[in-house]
Amino acid sequence: MLVRPATSWIVPAALVGVVVFLVVGSLDSAVFAQQTVSGLANGGIYASLAVALVLIYRATEVINFAQGALATFTTYVAWQLISWGLSYWEAFVATLLIAFVGGFVVELIAIRPVERRGNQLTVVIAAIGLLILVEGATGWIWGNGIKFVPSAFPARFYHLGGATISLQDLGTIGVSLASVVALWAFFQFTKVGLAMRAAAVRPEAARLVGVRVSWMLSLGWGLAAVLGAVAGLMAAPNPSYLLQPTMMDGVLIYAFAAAVLGGLESAFGAVVGALLIGALLNLLQSYVHWVTPQLLLPVAFVIMLVVLLVKPSGLFGRTRVRKV
Amino acid sequence: MGALLELADVDARYGPVQALRGVSLTVGDGEIVALLGANGAGKTTTLRAISGTVRRSGAIRLAGRPLGRRGPESTARLGVAHVPEGRGTFSELTVWENLRLGAHVRHGSLKADFDRVLEYFPWLETRRSQQAGTLSGGEQQMLALARAVMQRPRLLLLDEPSLGLAPLVAAEIFRIIRELNEREGSAVLLVEQNARTSLAVAARAYVLEVGEIAYSGRSDELAQNDSIRRSYLGY
Amino acid sequence: MRPSRGTVVGIAVTALVAVAVALLPFGLSNYHRSTGATVAVYFVAILALNIVTGYTGQISIGHGAFMAIGGYATAILTHDHGWNDIATLPIAAIAGFVAGVIVGLPALRFHGVYLALTTFAVALAVPQLAKNYSDFTGGTEGLALPVHSGLWLYEVGWAVAGVMLVLAWLLLRGRTGRAFRAVRDSEVAAASSGVTLAVYKTVAFGISAAMAAVAGSIYVLVNNFVNPDVFGLTLSLYILIGAVVGGLGSLWGILVGAAFVQLLPNALTTGHVVSSQAVPVVFGAVVIGVMALLPRGAANLLGLALHFGSQDGQHSDTPLGTEGR
Repeated sequence: MLVRPATSWIVPAALVGVVVFLVVGSLDSAVFAQQTVSGLANGGIYASLAVALVLIYRATEVINFAQGALATFTTYVAWQLISWGLSYWEAFVATLLIAFVGGFVVELIAIRPVERRGNQLTVVIAAIGLLILVEGATGWIWGNGIKFVPSAFPARFYHLGGATISLQDLGTIGVSLASVVALWAFFQFTKVGLAMRAAAVRPEAARLVGVRVSWMLSLGWGLAAVLGAVAGLMAAPNPSYLLQPTMMDGVLIYAFAAAVLGGLESAFGAVVGALLIGALLNLLQSYVHWVTPQLLLPVAFVIMLVVLLVKPSGLFGRTRVRKV
Repeated sequence: MGALLELADVDARYGPVQALRGVSLTVGDGEIVALLGANGAGKTTTLRAISGTVRRSGAIRLAGRPLGRRGPESTARLGVAHVPEGRGTFSELTVWENLRLGAHVRHGSLKADFDRVLEYFPWLETRRSQQAGTLSGGEQQMLALARAVMQRPRLLLLDEPSLGLAPLVAAEIFRIIRELNEREGSAVLLVEQNARTSLAVAARAYVLEVGEIAYSGRSDELAQNDSIRRSYLGY
Repeated sequence: MRPSRGTVVGIAVTALVAVAVALLPFGLSNYHRSTGATVAVYFVAILALNIVTGYTGQISIGHGAFMAIGGYATAILTHDHGWNDIATLPIAAIAGFVAGVIVGLPALRFHGVYLALTTFAVALAVPQLAKNYSDFTGGTEGLALPVHSGLWLYEVGWAVAGVMLVLAWLLLRGRTGRAFRAVRDSEVAAASSGVTLAVYKTVAFGISAAMAAVAGSIYVLVNNFVNPDVFGLTLSLYILIGAVVGGLGSLWGILVGAAFVQLLPNALTTGHVVSSQAVPVVFGAVVIGVMALLPRGAANLLGLALHFGSQDGQHSDTPLGTEGR
């Protein structure tokens, strides 16, 4: 049973407050603006992965622990294609296609057999096994050294009122948001998208109208993999990440936090959560001196925990009433 | 001739419990047939066996073609629309999305179907964007029928369409079922506890008792023959 | 615990196995003895996890963090204050218990997936904290500890494992055990039958964490070294994998699970079956395969008599699926 919370104005109000804070701060201080933008760029990367997590979670109620590792793997594929002579954009598109097929096939081979006879916990363990497998495979095939992946965007900087903002960061934000919006449009306006949504909310009823629910799941994994590939391609050129087998480990964690913060069933919430986490953590790190890089993660989770204690279903989650 | 739907000696079980035992029935093209019986007699299971939602043994043939081990997704593609208990409404989606889903197995333009559905249920137009779960029981039932119409089924399996509805609303539902049958030509297998109204709408009826067919015959006979009616239907 | 047909037989078998375990190292090299000690560590950790996940149905991907607490407690007391190793174990247990209660309290508000992610967060956060407060913990460089012989480690490790096992058995057979199972099977029913839900769940977490802390202490002694990476996320994941692959709620499952996560990667590497780079690939594939073929874990396959009460077999509810959805 779904219940609309009575205090549903609190969350939008708080979010507006945060946005105002960010805007005013950016206008006030160039450093603030820079940190906000680069934080939002991080947030964009988290957002792509977070939406991928939400996608799979909504369909199967399973958290795909392997999402980050799969994203890293597809980014390596892109690197490989480029080193074989493809242009950046050819490799980009090819990688997205390969990611889609890969995600689809992974669900078919590794997850479906487990889902058939197991329960949620066994599927989660299988996902963890997949994580170990994929990360291992990445290191095995390409080694552990750092590889160079060019950026989709030329190195250009804009100077706005004393602040220096890179095209790379703006582009990352743009691409991440665009991919999420494209996904939304797919779900809203296409027949397959509608079928996938139906399969996620009411699989039995969906079967009765002819939706092949298991294929919808595989499709979901394929799309999630595409989002992961986008995240990976945005992260790899960024000096904070760089292409290595563990590239997306940290991102995965922040993506979890974002997804949970947003309410695990809401892609919109995940995006908002991701951007918030990205921006706020960057600002915290610059302005609050005891927040060292090592403490970022614990701080992020404390924030998430506090929000959850107040609103257990996340910012945009729907409160569920347990029937007694 | 051959009936549209034939069940021959169908068994079904839920774990150790046998729900259907040697059930045989037919539904002719364009016919309305009622499947009656008390709670737990196996009426819902029969529909599930036909749509493939539950595993069964025995033969089920649609227009002569055996359904084998098909699941519901596949049976839907053969022209069977199953409106289950609880209506199968996609509560989280809008009214319009529910209708679009009804036509999932169809290809090509749906405009004619939308038009036709709006003829039967003009009120759907104003509620297109409403979340389907917020509709009343009667409205959800009508939405379920509308969804089925979108599919243009040869056979409509209806599980207790009047359940939980006020008598006036239920009467309206039955009127619409009859109209759908006459105008669309879909055969209907109607599962109901409300025997009286079902017999008024259906041409023939079967009565299930503890998983077995206890009686089969024309509905007017069943309705008029007091002793049969009393012993099988309790009134 | 209901006196089952096999209880006497079960106890006899366990006693035999215990003797075999105790005598085993005399036939092994020093290296293999340490490996055996590590299996004991995983045994205790998986046993600990079973108490929350298998019994009260609270999923935890964070037990590595509790091991870290015990491990660091032992390391700091031994390294900085000259304590005797064994003497640190009770302190580690207490520290673990406190940590478990601290985590268990907010965990009351979360269920299923949210709890899993919260414990996941704890598993990640604790090593980061250890790195940050390096004056206290030795930071990334870590602390070195006195070396012990493989035999000592093995016997101490398995002795501790034996003690933990007995304690757990005593705990779970009585009223507490029944209460724990009641919580897992139906939280709503348990609440309405007067079980003080919050107390039992939190205590379960505390006890589980205390055991994991002791496992962490032994781990640190086996490695004679501690630094934050020793207790990284991988450890928590491996404990969870071991618990599920072995089979939740089953004693033999715990042993199988511990052996699986420690010995399989080892065997693959030293047996030169595959290159060391490929070991995680094989390991991951095996985990997926086991989940596909034996969803209730290996112990179900063995179907042996001595269980810790009812096995998960009949329940369609799972630690992730039962509550809060």
